[in-house]
Amino acid sequence: MQKIKTVLGTCAAMALTAGVAMAGPAEDKLILNEEIEMVTVTTAPDHMSDAMDTIYSGWHFRGVETRAMQSDDFDNPGMIAVEQAEDAWNTVDGSEGKSCASCHDGSDSMAGVKPVYPKWSEAAGEVRTLEHQINDCRENRMGAEKWKYTGGTMQGMVALIASVSRGMPVNVAIDGPAQSMWEQGKELYYTRTGQLELSCANCHEDNYGMMIRADHLSQGQINGFPVYRLKNTKLNSVHARFKGCVRDTRAETYKPGGQEFIALELYVTSRGNGLSVEGPSIRN
Amino acid sequence: MRTALAALAALALSTHAGLAGEVAPTDVNYMDGAVEMSLSGTAGDATEGRSIVGSKKKGNCVACHMVSDLADVPFHGEIGPPLDGAGERWTEAELRGIVANAKLTFEDSMMPSFYKTEGFIRPGKAYTGKAADDTFGPLLTAQQIEDVVAYLVTLKE
Repeated sequence: MQKIKTVLGTCAAMALTAGVAMAGPAEDKLILNEEIEMVTVTTAPDHMSDAMDTIYSGWHFRGVETRAMQSDDFDNPGMIAVEQAEDAWNTVDGSEGKSCASCHDGSDSMAGVKPVYPKWSEAAGEVRTLEHQINDCRENRMGAEKWKYTGGTMQGMVALIASVSRGMPVNVAIDGPAQSMWEQGKELYYTRTGQLELSCANCHEDNYGMMIRADHLSQGQINGFPVYRLKNTKLNSVHARFKGCVRDTRAETYKPGGQEFIALELYVTSRGNGLSVEGPSIRN
Repeated sequence: MRTALAALAALALSTHAGLAGEVAPTDVNYMDGAVEMSLSGTAGDATEGRSIVGSKKKGNCVACHMVSDLADVPFHGEIGPPLDGAGERWTEAELRGIVANAKLTFEDSMMPSFYKTEGFIRPGKAYTGKAADDTFGPLLTAQQIEDVVAYLVTLKE
C-alpha cells in the first residue's frame, strides 16, 4: 500500500510540474453503495512486471462526476439493464421449458464466475467468453435462440453476472490449456495495426495518463465491462470496444466473438488480474 | 490492340506526369530520415499547413502535440513533444522526413507515417473498420506535407 501511495504521489507531483490538470490517474477510492470497497489500483501481475509496476482501473482516468455515478447503484444507468436481465434470468425460454434459474437458482449463484472468464472449457476444448457460454446454455440447454454477441440483451445478462461478483478480484488463468490463446492475445496487443500503425500498447501501456486530444488515456483495463458509456448511453461489450479501437487505427477490424478478440480479451483481462470486477461500470 | 495498349500506357504516363514533379510515396528518397527534395514540386503554404496541423479532419497533429501558436484550437495532446521551436531544432529536410515517415528518424516512434502507402498490417478503409480498397492513399497528399513543413519551419521559440 505504501508503494501505491508513493506512486500516486509521484503521479500527482508529475501532474503539477507538467502543469496539466488531468495527467495521471486520479487519487480516489471507489466504495460501492457505501459497502463494498473496490480494488481499483494494485500491484501489476507477475506476467507484466517488466511493463509496469501498478495497474489502475479505468475508473481512475474519468472525471469526478463519472466516478461518483458508479459508486451508487441508484445512479448507475447500467443497473437498469441488470434489472431487466434479472427478469430474463427467471423467464422460461426455448423448447426445453427452462430459464437460467431452472439450473442455476438465483442470479447471485453466479458470484465468482465473471472473475475467471474468459476461461478454458474442458467440454468444448476451447477458450470461451461469458457470452459464448451464455449462448451455449441458451442453444443446448434451453433450446432457445442465440443472442447477438454485442447486443443489449446479451450485454445486460453479462452485466447481471458481473454485478454479483463486484468487489471480487479478476483472476483469469493464463497457463495450462489457455496458454496458447493467451500468447496469441499478447501478440495482438503488441501488433501495430492499420494505417496509423498503433498497437494497444502504444496508447495503453506507454502513454496511459496522457491526453490524446481530449481523451485521457487509461491502461485499457477491462475489469469494468460491460461498460455503460455516456457517449452512446448503453452497455458496451469488450469486443465492441476492441473493434472501435482497432477501427480508429485505420485498420480492418476483427469480428466480435471471433478467435482474435477472444484471445485479446483473455490477454487484456489478465493484465487486470487483481483489480475488482466492476461491471457494469461507467465510462465516457 | 497493341496500339490501344500503348495509347493507354501513354495516357497513364501523362496523367502521372500531370502532377508535375510529384514524388510518389514509394519513391521518396530518405537520407538518415531526412528528405531534401520537395514532394510536390510546389512551395508549401504555411497558412494552409497551420490549418492541417490543427484540423481533426486533416493532419490532427495536435492530437498528440502541443503547439502554442494554435491556442485557438482546443485540446492539444501530450503524447509527442511540443512543436514549439520545431523550426529551430530541425532543418526543413529533417521536418519533411519526420512528417512523411517519422520512424526513419525515430526508431519505433508511435507517430503515424503521413506519406506512406505500403507495409501496413490490416490496412483499413479510413475509419470504417473495413479492409482498404483501391481508394487507399497516404494520410496526407504531397502538397499537404509541403504545407505542414512550411508551417513547422516558422515555429521558433
